[in-house]
Amino acid sequence: MEAFLHQLFAGIATGGIYASIALALVMIYQSTHHINFAQGELAMFSTYLAWTCVEAGLPWWAAFVLTVVASFVAGAVIERVVMRPVQHAPVLSVVIVFIALLVILNSLAGWIWTYTIKTFPSPFVMPRALENPWLSAHEAGSIGVTLAVLVALWAFFRFTRLGLAMRAAAQNPVSSRLAGIRVGQMLMLGWGLAAAIGAVAGMLIAPVVYLDPNMMAGVMLYAFAAALLGGIDNPVGAVLGGFIVGVVENLAGAYLVGTELKLTVALALIIGVLVFRPTGLLGRRTVVRV
Amino acid sequence: MTPALRVGGVVLAVAIAAALPFFLTDYRTFQFTQALIYAIVLLGLNLLTGYSGQISLGHGAFYAVGAYTAAILMDQAGWPYWATLPVAGAVCFGFGFLFGLPALRLHGHYLAFATFALAVATPQILKYKGIEHWTGGVQGIVTLKPDAPFGLPLSQDRWLYLFTLAIAVALFVVAWNLVRGRVGRALVALRDHPIAAEAMGVDAAFFKTTVFGISAMYAGIAGALGGIAVQFVSPDAFTTLLSISFVVGIVVGGIATISGALWGALFIQFVPNVADQISKAAPWAIYGAVLLVFIYAMPGGVAWMLRRVAGSLRRA
Repeated sequence: MEAFLHQLFAGIATGGIYASIALALVMIYQSTHHINFAQGELAMFSTYLAWTCVEAGLPWWAAFVLTVVASFVAGAVIERVVMRPVQHAPVLSVVIVFIALLVILNSLAGWIWTYTIKTFPSPFVMPRALENPWLSAHEAGSIGVTLAVLVALWAFFRFTRLGLAMRAAAQNPVSSRLAGIRVGQMLMLGWGLAAAIGAVAGMLIAPVVYLDPNMMAGVMLYAFAAALLGGIDNPVGAVLGGFIVGVVENLAGAYLVGTELKLTVALALIIGVLVFRPTGLLGRRTVVRV
Repeated sequence: MTPALRVGGVVLAVAIAAALPFFLTDYRTFQFTQALIYAIVLLGLNLLTGYSGQISLGHGAFYAVGAYTAAILMDQAGWPYWATLPVAGAVCFGFGFLFGLPALRLHGHYLAFATFALAVATPQILKYKGIEHWTGGVQGIVTLKPDAPFGLPLSQDRWLYLFTLAIAVALFVVAWNLVRGRVGRALVALRDHPIAAEAMGVDAAFFKTTVFGISAMYAGIAGALGGIAVQFVSPDAFTTLLSISFVVGIVVGGIATISGALWGALFIQFVPNVADQISKAAPWAIYGAVLLVFIYAMPGGVAWMLRRVAGSLRRA
């Protein structure tokens, strides 16, 4: 039972990470109908930035804030410089640009920080009174931070003018432009936010999977599976999907297939959802007019 | 260019290609063999992605299946190398056809990501303990390099190059005819306007799954040749980078062109070799930069550029 609880909580903790990356994917999908292949590599790059800050002697949370801000700016700049020119290009061109981003970020990280695996510190310490065998300090902290981010995002989109403008621009860019919303800036903002969320997720997962340029490959597959499971156009679904996928992955890894087939499980999940329930759990069925 | 001139040009090119190994060392010959093998994959991938518009970022997986099929047949069943090629092709056709069925329901980005997931998961599947008995697990399988038959006075590398060249030429002719005929037109119609094509009576499901099968078959035959040429197959030879290289190859060569496969193959064979000397990260970085340059500045690739140059020379 103790082992089961431990697996369950570990699943919820990684589920939160998947939920964050899935949410980042959904944010970009909603506004552009593109699936950002490079989301995971962006998060990886951000995590290396945080590592550099920590190594330079900055306190963990200062590094955290600095990295999130830097990632936000980088995300917005990438949207404007790299993605905007292919905004209306055929799918193949867009996919290739994403692949290019992915390999460039990956090789840059390898170039700057080498391919040696690094440890990344966790800032969380469990109070002595709450110590227990089934939930570690890092898992508890990770779940807490993820939930805080999710609530903050929800509040931003629900209660602020800017959030409303972003939702409008995603839903109907033409009318939004007529209503005076700067759609281009909203796109940059969306990419910036997605990159910032990814940075948070990267810094929270790095103490678990360690830091190396390929650390996000598995995370990215699971996050994509999560986004699909929840419905790629539904943020609530993506979060729900993230937690479900995290728990399923951990329990399946512990009791069914072992850890060596983790990526294969993700592949099976992705293809399974796409074939049997392409709209996901909460997604809308879209009807195309002929 | 008249048809006769064109056929003459192709024959001349093949003759030069066949004479090439006699001016090169064995190692260089091996590199050109590898380039020809990549050209076969790119040809197949271009049929699928270029002509049929189904994006595959996971052709490394089919290449791996081909390589393993050949290696297992040679290692465990004692088959001669040449007999493994049809089997590798048939097995991959089957896999591709099966993968093509769910792919029918996936469009654009979804298919790209599903195949990308396949590419990422491939090394792990190959290492799986349950099939270790055949695949040799992490260790992989070592095979023997074939000798030239009938006592021909050729080194192993030169023979393998000529053998690969013959197969590559045959597969190029097949692809060329496929693209120029009824099948090619149907595929392009389905890519550019699926609804109109179906209204004209093109069977979308049949053509799309079949071209997936054919494309995987090309990758499988190439994989088998690759396994034979390298004399070794192991899970870590079939990483995500391999699949991405193939995408780079068709972008550089020219999407939806036949001759582009050759230029793309030469690029992905020789550029990383040179770049590797700068840094371990350099081949990836160059791939990324080249992809961006081609998409923004030369979306037609090298084949298109050459065509333009030839056109302006003729006018001049």
